[in-house]
Amino acid sequence: MDISKIDQIIDKHDGEASSLIQILLDIQSEHNWLPKEALKRVSEKLQVPMSRIQHIATFYKAFSLVPKGRHQVHVCMGTACHVRGAQRVLDTVQEVTGVKSGETDSDLKFSVETVNCLGCCALGPVMEVDGKHHGNIAPSQIASVLNNCE
Amino acid sequence: MSEINLQIDGKEVVATEGMTILDAAKSVGISIPTLCHHEKLEPYGGCRICTVEVEVRGWPKLVAGCIYPVEKGLVVRTRTEKVDKIRKVLLEEMLAHAPDSEELKALAQEYGADRDRFEKHPSFCIHCGLCVRYCAEIKKKNAVGFVDRGSNREISFIPEIAAKECWDCKECFPLCPTSALQAAYVLAGALMTPPEEAHSGGCGCSCSCGSAPEKQAG
Repeated sequence: MDISKIDQIIDKHDGEASSLIQILLDIQSEHNWLPKEALKRVSEKLQVPMSRIQHIATFYKAFSLVPKGRHQVHVCMGTACHVRGAQRVLDTVQEVTGVKSGETDSDLKFSVETVNCLGCCALGPVMEVDGKHHGNIAPSQIASVLNNCE
Repeated sequence: MSEINLQIDGKEVVATEGMTILDAAKSVGISIPTLCHHEKLEPYGGCRICTVEVEVRGWPKLVAGCIYPVEKGLVVRTRTEKVDKIRKVLLEEMLAHAPDSEELKALAQEYGADRDRFEKHPSFCIHCGLCVRYCAEIKKKNAVGFVDRGSNREISFIPEIAAKECWDCKECFPLCPTSALQAAYVLAGALMTPPEEAHSGGCGCSCSCGSAPEKQAG
């Protein structure tokens, strides 16, 4: 991890303690997770106690204290998707990526997560990869979608 | 300071501005149970065991006595059927965490709470926040804090700070109504090396291999 990158992010927000969440979000999008050294640096520079940072970092689901993959795969398990075969989609995703829901593969390529509703039930079953929605997805199409990810 | 007249359990009480219902009740010898309240700390209103019924312009409502400021003409009732029931259920929920806490047991007896009503939880913590706030407000060390949220919320020591500060302090221990703190501390203690060993570099885990740190490092 590059500590100067963290300093840059902190400076971008003028080292304001009130920008803590914004800074954490920037670090999260830079590294895909919040490394401990980064949080220590933020704590020192912003004069915010580590316990507070830990509280916030564990409160919001947008933050991760463990490394996440470069590609975030979300499989919708909402009611509409469920009745349209979300379980089969999830099974296939788990098979292709080799990890279960909530896990990250060893190459840090994919992180698989189930979500309760993506808000586009008409497209069900839905899989979201890096913010892009794949509606009406058939298990047979999943491998090609995921293999397109670098 | 302007004086404020209000009524608590039928008693006329003269309070000053800025006092809470709890303060006003205390001044006339009416006791309201509290768990998360501490005189030296900022009001928190977390445990809700101090819930009382107040009447504002004829409308009754339930408020937390330890944070509700006194108002002119306020009518407060500290032991209505509704209030007692709320305290009873709250106690039952807390007893699911800490069935053997003396403080909770005494209150449970008074309010007829059944300690076995809810399924037991593995954590003793009832989230009163006394340790967290004491460490932050009085000691200004922030060695212990909350993590996670909702039903998964729990207290957690920051090992780096706890290893330095907690050994000689432990002032938060007697504050804890359920001894959750001691449990968390023992857990954190297992994860950190005591100061005199800190430089020798143990493996940092809770297993017995800490006794042979050199082997681990090699």
